[in-house]
Amino acid sequence: MTLSARFRPRGGLSLWLGATLVAVLIAAAVLSIIWTPYPPTAIDIPHKLAPPSHAHWFGTDNLGRDVASQILAGSRVSILVGVIAVGIGLAFGIVLGLIAAFSKGLVEDGLMKLSDFMFAFPALLLAIMLTSTFGPGVVNAIIAIGVYNVPIIAKLTRATANGVLSREYALAARAAGRGPIAIAVDHVLPNIAPALIVQATIQFAIAILAEAALSYLGLGAQPPQTSWGKMLADAQNVLYNAPRLALYPGIAIALSVLGLNLLGDGLRDALDPKLKARS
Amino acid sequence: MSDAPLLEISSLVKTYRSPGIGPFARQNARPALAGVSFSVHQGRSFGIVGESGSGKSTLARIALALDRPDSGMVRLQGRSLFDLPRRELRPMRAHMQMIFQDPYGSLDPRQRVEKIVAEPLAALGIAGRGERRARVRASLEAVGLKASDASKHPHEFSGGQRQRIAIARALITRPRLVVADEPVSALDVSVQAQTLNLMSDLEREAGVTFLLISHDLAVVAHICETTAVMYRGRIVEIGETAAMFAHPAHPYTRELVDATPRLDRDRHREGHRASEDARLSTGYGDAAIQSHRSGPSSPGLLRFVRNDELGSIRQGHVPDGGADTTEGCPYVSRCAFARPRCREEAPMLETKGGGSRKVACHFPLD
Amino acid sequence: MLLEVAELAVDVPTPSGLQRVVDRTSFSLGEGESLGVVGESGSGKTMTALALMALTPEGARVSGSIRFEGRELVGRSEDEMMQLRGDRIAMIFQEPMTALNPLRRVGAQVAEPLMLHRGLSKREAQARAVELLNHVRLAEPERAARSYPFALSGGERQRAMIAMAIGCAPHLVIADEPTTALDVTVQARILALIDGLKSESKMAILLVSHDLAVIAGHCDRVIVMYAGMIMESGPVEAVLRQPRNPYTLALLEARPRPGAPRGARLATIPGAPSVAHGHHEGCPFAGRCALTVDICRTVTPPEVAFGAGHISRCHRAGEVGFAP
Repeated sequence: MTLSARFRPRGGLSLWLGATLVAVLIAAAVLSIIWTPYPPTAIDIPHKLAPPSHAHWFGTDNLGRDVASQILAGSRVSILVGVIAVGIGLAFGIVLGLIAAFSKGLVEDGLMKLSDFMFAFPALLLAIMLTSTFGPGVVNAIIAIGVYNVPIIAKLTRATANGVLSREYALAARAAGRGPIAIAVDHVLPNIAPALIVQATIQFAIAILAEAALSYLGLGAQPPQTSWGKMLADAQNVLYNAPRLALYPGIAIALSVLGLNLLGDGLRDALDPKLKARS
Repeated sequence: MSDAPLLEISSLVKTYRSPGIGPFARQNARPALAGVSFSVHQGRSFGIVGESGSGKSTLARIALALDRPDSGMVRLQGRSLFDLPRRELRPMRAHMQMIFQDPYGSLDPRQRVEKIVAEPLAALGIAGRGERRARVRASLEAVGLKASDASKHPHEFSGGQRQRIAIARALITRPRLVVADEPVSALDVSVQAQTLNLMSDLEREAGVTFLLISHDLAVVAHICETTAVMYRGRIVEIGETAAMFAHPAHPYTRELVDATPRLDRDRHREGHRASEDARLSTGYGDAAIQSHRSGPSSPGLLRFVRNDELGSIRQGHVPDGGADTTEGCPYVSRCAFARPRCREEAPMLETKGGGSRKVACHFPLD
Repeated sequence: MLLEVAELAVDVPTPSGLQRVVDRTSFSLGEGESLGVVGESGSGKTMTALALMALTPEGARVSGSIRFEGRELVGRSEDEMMQLRGDRIAMIFQEPMTALNPLRRVGAQVAEPLMLHRGLSKREAQARAVELLNHVRLAEPERAARSYPFALSGGERQRAMIAMAIGCAPHLVIADEPTTALDVTVQARILALIDGLKSESKMAILLVSHDLAVIAGHCDRVIVMYAGMIMESGPVEAVLRQPRNPYTLALLEARPRPGAPRGARLATIPGAPSVAHGHHEGCPFAGRCALTVDICRTVTPPEVAFGAGHISRCHRAGEVGFAP
């Protein structure tokens, strides 16, 4: 207890730092819809591989496209993927997890075995299977990553819901006469929310990474659409000439993932009524 | 006060099946209740005393219809709870509520006290928002808390105060019966006293009858007029509390009474520990100290040297709990007064001698 | 004197700074004696016990003096304390479930201090462990030694922990609520066992408990703690027969007494037990105490002696007595 009190910054530093980074990410995405320094797809061969300058803040890539604009446009894809994929995971995962926790017995076992089955496939493999069946593209990548999220959230929901249901206050609610849905809404969800929030931010970060991987493999964003993963893939070819072209999308990914994790930690603490009293 | 019992428990049997460990292990069936019957009357609080494995917590849950027995009946105000359709069972819950042992676990840490205390009303659809708030306020004040406490969270209160909140919640539907499962075990002595006083007051003023379950004889004796002693899923003795603890008829009751550390000022005047007067219950384990082999011996001196009396018992079955499935009396392996008949035939709970006392023993103590 | 504690104070770190949980306590324990430490939550009784073994939590500050067999323990290095622990001073904890490692066999855990402090080989130590388990009256000691903790009942685990504690014949055994988590019949046997072991080996026992009745039955002397401070101390019969401190009296009167009329009002102490309030002067019990007067809030009560080592910290110690 004392150890963590020393290491963890007081006053929700995680929350503020995380929120700031995520806000920047969202702002970049929103901004890119209406304005980027240059059109991200504008090819300008004469100025290819230009180093950072006043005209091109991050320089240009091997086709002369402005890197800064691509970073901005790429953020849009990352946000989209993160939100929708995690959203799918939460929507289906929570429902399945709650059904498992309340039903017990065969239903619970069955659902968890199903989750294990889905789990067994490496996320990437699952994504590849889906995209090769239904075609590449951001939408299919999102669905693939979303499906991968469902068993993770389902298992977490079931485990934490079981924890809540074993507490005496859940028994007290039953003794008071409340039905399972009322207990799920009033007692289970608020108490498992912190764990879910943290997991959701982690999954968001993983979704961004997964999309990057898929795009890197050519299964995600298709030209002329751009994403950070695709930028990484393209940067591979000119790695010895201009390593900076891998750095920019890499740092963008890293900062987004960091921000999301910090935000998750901060939110979990901010929502805990016990900690609220102390700060 | 009518004679029809408020709560009637008949022949409850409940067995838990736990999966064995390992792929080839048999499923272990642990009988938690092996035929329990008793009645609780309005205005006469009832105590259940037992140690771990006695089945008392299972009994509490079944009495409140939170768990179904394998067989047997629970009647509340004459209506059999397990024969009612779900729709009709729910409103019955207004008449029976529960207080739990753990003041830290029995309140949802994320809810405000107002919502916690009003929950039974919400569940049963009683009263609109305005009336609920008024009833919450009244309930809190009845347990010695302030109306302003309704907007706080549980962690802002001490253990004793949380228990009061739990009591306020239990009272809000104005139940006739409140089942209290170890309500004061987790509290400090001074806070225990406050809570017990509160329970006595509620008994008198709010017309609440308690079914009090505890391992602590003194607590039960303080509140309950009648008490049942449970051992391994069975009632071994039942009767008027004070008389039963002063003159136990069943050897297990005697073992419990003797084992309870007592703080008699009188004892200390005469010196303790080595006293030879068994009547003053000097002994910790007087009954157990006596030899297993012979019959009842003379009032015991405390002796430390005998291996068996002080040791753990592992004769045939694990003393961890669960009703005995063998033929004879479940207490036979621990009983200082056991005779051959005890191993062969399980005694029934019967009235022995005059009075209201019932014992399940072939050779009850006088 | 086996153990002499003087002005022991323990401050523990909290989010709002250091908080004093044991406030200048002084007591002593002779060879073969048993001393009970009784108090409610926040009294500091457990922290006192932990301080004796230098097992206070990370960041806690211990000041004062603890002299064990003539040597000062406060300020000793961790290495030196490790040599003492399990060898000359041993501890029995409240929760046998968590005090025993669930992943190691019981016999191995009992054998460990023997290998560490007595240099026994593994085989010798295991054999001695079985002897010890038999000595603490465990049925089937060989089987118990081969088992993992989960296979034993609560009482059996506690016996195993006692076996582990007495293995090296310690001079001092600290028992922190050793029977609180057990059934009352098991408690009785375990306490009788501890008494037996004590009388045959002359080890001193420091028994920490919230239960006055347990202390009354098994200790020669008692100290009563409240909010980190010792309110009263002395021979058990004297303190319990004629308490000289309002807090002790209140504890005695708050317990439901067998034989008292059902539903009789129990004397209560208003409010809830508090933790030490730091370096403030004044009596920590002021305000809750029925005998409170102005001086109680401003001046720390002095120790008042009542003969035969019976001491009470109270401004009005002479006026304390049972209601007629």
